[in-house]
Amino acid sequence: MFTGFIPTRWLAIAVIAIATLVIVPLFAPTYYVYILALIFVTALLAMSLNFVLGYGGIYQFHHAVFYGVGAYTAAIIITRFKQDAWLAFLVGPFVAALTGLIIGWFCVRLTRLYFGMLQISLGSLIWIVVLRWYNFTGGDNGISDIPIPPALKSETSAYYFTFALVAICVSVLYLIVKSPFGATLQAIRDNAPRCEAIGIDVRRHQLIAIVIAAFFGGVAGVLFVALERSVFPGMLFWSFSLELFIMCLLGGWFTFAGPMIGAAAIIALSRFAGRNEYWTTLLGVILILLIFFLPEGVMGFIQARFNPLKEEHVTR
Amino acid sequence: MLRVENLAKSFDDFKAVNGANLDVPAGSLVAVIGPNGAGKTTLFKLITGQIKPSGGKIIFDGQEIGGLAPHLINRRGIAMAFQIANIFPRLTVFENVQVAVLAHARKSDSLFQPARSILVSETNDILRDTGLLTQAWRLAGALSHGDQKILEIAIALGSQPKLLILDEPTAGMSPEETTTTMELVKQLAAARGITILFCEHDMQVVFSVATSIMVMRQGQTIIQDVPENVRANKQVQDAYLGGNDA
Repeated sequence: MFTGFIPTRWLAIAVIAIATLVIVPLFAPTYYVYILALIFVTALLAMSLNFVLGYGGIYQFHHAVFYGVGAYTAAIIITRFKQDAWLAFLVGPFVAALTGLIIGWFCVRLTRLYFGMLQISLGSLIWIVVLRWYNFTGGDNGISDIPIPPALKSETSAYYFTFALVAICVSVLYLIVKSPFGATLQAIRDNAPRCEAIGIDVRRHQLIAIVIAAFFGGVAGVLFVALERSVFPGMLFWSFSLELFIMCLLGGWFTFAGPMIGAAAIIALSRFAGRNEYWTTLLGVILILLIFFLPEGVMGFIQARFNPLKEEHVTR
Repeated sequence: MLRVENLAKSFDDFKAVNGANLDVPAGSLVAVIGPNGAGKTTLFKLITGQIKPSGGKIIFDGQEIGGLAPHLINRRGIAMAFQIANIFPRLTVFENVQVAVLAHARKSDSLFQPARSILVSETNDILRDTGLLTQAWRLAGALSHGDQKILEIAIALGSQPKLLILDEPTAGMSPEETTTTMELVKQLAAARGITILFCEHDMQVVFSVATSIMVMRQGQTIIQDVPENVRANKQVQDAYLGGNDA
């Protein structure tokens, strides 16, 4: 029971997956390499959301804001302040984390649904500023043709850069989930009043979790800039947050890798079906099917069947 | 160790606790009894900070703790095991207790150490003492009702409390489970030097275990004394025999 940090079975699958992803650009068409990189970025974003949602039980209804703030920070530093792109990439996540601290500071005072409502309001406030402040944020046009470092110009190098950073971030998130902080966060999710009764400062703990999630959301935002060389207000519109939510639910929000699967599925689907007027309808149908047939998500379903440790199923 | 003086709590016009007095000397096992709605659970919630008093004093180790946040009161050395098993259902039994042990050691914020290698022996000690060690890797939500109540106590022990408050520790248990649980509580109190404050419906349990009994009625303390004197008290007999429920 004490051997190994990751179960051997998962380790094998992870190694094969990583090896495959490393060699993909060698033979796959550029477009698919780009889609794959976009999936990595979105997967990191969904996983950072799930850190607070699935592990923290925090109703982070507007996570896309931190993604947008990270991306816009980088874009603005590069285009408006004419600073080095690497510096911009470094600053983006920290500004996202700071935004998480400010929004979170207000929100942790409220519980569950009210938390989510306030977060949507405060997040939408940032969205409207981005949308209206034409000469700074580009308004509804966003900012395009952002000059990025020459090293990231080719699709392949952007792919490897994204892949490497996402891999690092996901590993760090995994370590945090398995740390005392992560264990305590899950305990708060299961039973917050009990946590207070054993000496845990629940609000402070939740706030730190939100800042961590916002930071990694910001990293995803910065990676989007590196990949796409543009930003647009839709990145922090609430409907995108809903999409992220569905990614977590689809993949399995009580599992670590689930949101990754969810992100891959939703991104692939959006490219295949197109983000047209039927897109939200399609999402709605997916959500309904999920609730009825896979309430624990794809990974939750798989775990319940193949992981002997989880044979005893706990429902809430 | 703990002294409650003239404590009051009203919810709108309803006085749930009104003039509660309690003295819990170090090393004692004090029981609080009284009919349903007498304010026992409210009293415990006031002491542990889950609700704030509207009047009176709660003094622990010489310091006023009334109105402090629950986690701060816990850090002073008071832990509570709840009436309804109040556990972390999706965590393993081990993790349930470890979270409390981590919090007590102020390691809850540690980010980059694997939790499974920290304070393992301290956690296992508690699991062993409470007889839960063989089930350490089960999910807490899958335990039997009786075992969840024991786990509830084990979590409270994780805080290494000086004073352990038990709100009906044997509620919903069979007579055999009740006996073993109360034996366990007595053993733990002796072995770890913990003072116990509990409330309980089963009078046989109360009179066989408690060193001192406080009787409440309509939010008020009628008497606190050794079991023999409480049994002989006229007012108590009235409260129980003449009251709505025994």
